[in-house]
Amino acid sequence: MMIEELLSDQESLVEVKDLTVQFGAQEVLRDISLEIPAGQTLVLLGESGCGKTVLMKSIIGLIQPTYGQVLFDSENLSLLGDRQLSHLRLRFGFVFQNAALFDSMTIGQNVAFPLRQHGRFSDEQVREMVLSRLSEVGLPDEVVFKKPAELSGGMRKRVGLARALIMNPEMIMYDEPTTGLDPIMSDVINELIIRTRRRNPVTSIVVTHDMNTARKVADRVVMLMPTARLDEGESQVVFDGSVPELDACRDRRVQQFINGEAGERLMEMRSSQLN
Amino acid sequence: MVIDARLHQVKKMSSVTPNNPIPRRPDEPVFSGDGAARTGLTGWFVNWVSDWGGLVLSAVMAVGDFSLFVLRTMIWLFTRLPRKETVWPNFYQVGVSSLPVVALTGTFIGMVLAVQSYFQFRQLGLETRLGGVINMTLVRELGPVLAATMLAGRVGSAMAAELGTMRVTEQIDALSAMGANPIRYLVVPRFLACLFLIPTLTVMADFMGVAGGHFYSVDILGIDIHHYWANSKKFVSNFDLFVGLFKSIFFGSAIALISCYQGFNCKAGAEGVGRASTAAFVYSFVAILVLDLFLGIALDSLYFTMYPEGVGLL
Repeated sequence: MMIEELLSDQESLVEVKDLTVQFGAQEVLRDISLEIPAGQTLVLLGESGCGKTVLMKSIIGLIQPTYGQVLFDSENLSLLGDRQLSHLRLRFGFVFQNAALFDSMTIGQNVAFPLRQHGRFSDEQVREMVLSRLSEVGLPDEVVFKKPAELSGGMRKRVGLARALIMNPEMIMYDEPTTGLDPIMSDVINELIIRTRRRNPVTSIVVTHDMNTARKVADRVVMLMPTARLDEGESQVVFDGSVPELDACRDRRVQQFINGEAGERLMEMRSSQLN
Repeated sequence: MVIDARLHQVKKMSSVTPNNPIPRRPDEPVFSGDGAARTGLTGWFVNWVSDWGGLVLSAVMAVGDFSLFVLRTMIWLFTRLPRKETVWPNFYQVGVSSLPVVALTGTFIGMVLAVQSYFQFRQLGLETRLGGVINMTLVRELGPVLAATMLAGRVGSAMAAELGTMRVTEQIDALSAMGANPIRYLVVPRFLACLFLIPTLTVMADFMGVAGGHFYSVDILGIDIHHYWANSKKFVSNFDLFVGLFKSIFFGSAIALISCYQGFNCKAGAEGVGRASTAAFVYSFVAILVLDLFLGIALDSLYFTMYPEGVGLL
């Protein structure tokens, strides 16, 4: 309780104000407002295509908002130039859905990439940091000479995590960290997310479909709905609260999602196709 | 992309033509973009105009987007150059790896020119002028254009496919997320490689073409070697060599920028990557030919300003 009170006193690290993102005529995000205090682990839930990843990419400025703004540490991202934005991104770590490792480089070069890009570290220091990060995510030293194509999906994800962590970021974003992994490897990833947080007071956003991950790591859960399934003027954020509140939530759409019930969705999808 | 949009428009247009009505209840209004009901001949006309408007708009947007891309590349080029280790592999790819194929095509085009023009010139008894014709054509026109075409086919489409795959697998996003600017990291090295190496590739194509032409004319057709080269010397000037090399710089820049742009704007999936690499070659090739025409005109007028007495052809 104490910790939560302390957290809520802190100023928010990320502030999203009336964010709208459109791709052509398609509206992916509509009027989203969200504040994330420093140190919080926020889980973003929602069915595929509801804009979770787009929201997360807007927060680090990979996608430009159509309307509205994103503030990180009180700086408006869309007002920053290329170079300032690059500098700001040192404070972020991003774990991509399919790891997004550079396949022309070895694992060692991949993990060392942020260090080489920004730090003035000697080769010896770089090697030490890379090896220690890799052992933290449970990978042996000899993987450093392999290419990403030679690793399994779970190993690639852990390399992606090691790469995101190497600069000790203030904020880490996980894009579907457990998708496509077996249950045990999924739990390994969950444990790594929790352990990372315990070690450093990082702020995290986790985009996931996996309720186990959500229950295990979340301080706060936000659930989005695709704009197409909403009525005019209805907020896209259908739930915002803690995990116990999520289980107690009365909203039928939220309950269907967390219990994984199709309900009348198939009928709905068919009829929307006919229209 | 423009072609895509056009196809889409054509589909849309054909679906609302009176000759090809889609099954629809009589009381159901035809809705178009802004929600206004449009039926009958006026409706068709309004749709037609709005479709063409959409087409023009998307073309203007594509041009604007490309210009911004070029501008950002130029800004990085003149403010902070990329690191050595990102530049050298690209120089190797563009220069060393393209050398054999450029040399080969150069040799053959030189010989083809000799084959094609020999009989006409012999009928006029002018076969010793063949040297002037072949070498002039090669140095001014075919050397640079062929080298550029080979570069567009070999390197341009590979660049588009590589960057497209990086886009699709979020590697470009990963670069940005780690604070590396993708334009500086990926586009500028490729641009520099094409810019600096295409003149050397052109020289290679020219040289091999001249050698091929000589081989076929002198050794196979038996044209007198002294007159062959005397005529070449008489017609081909340093200005012609300059024209070829000057043009090639523009070709190289166009190939790099178009291919990288296509890669950066790649759509998802294997189809998207394939389309990006095809588009990279097609647009590069068109750009090469269009630039060739306008640069040819501009350089000719430069020549006549510098040497008002003109060219002595015979």
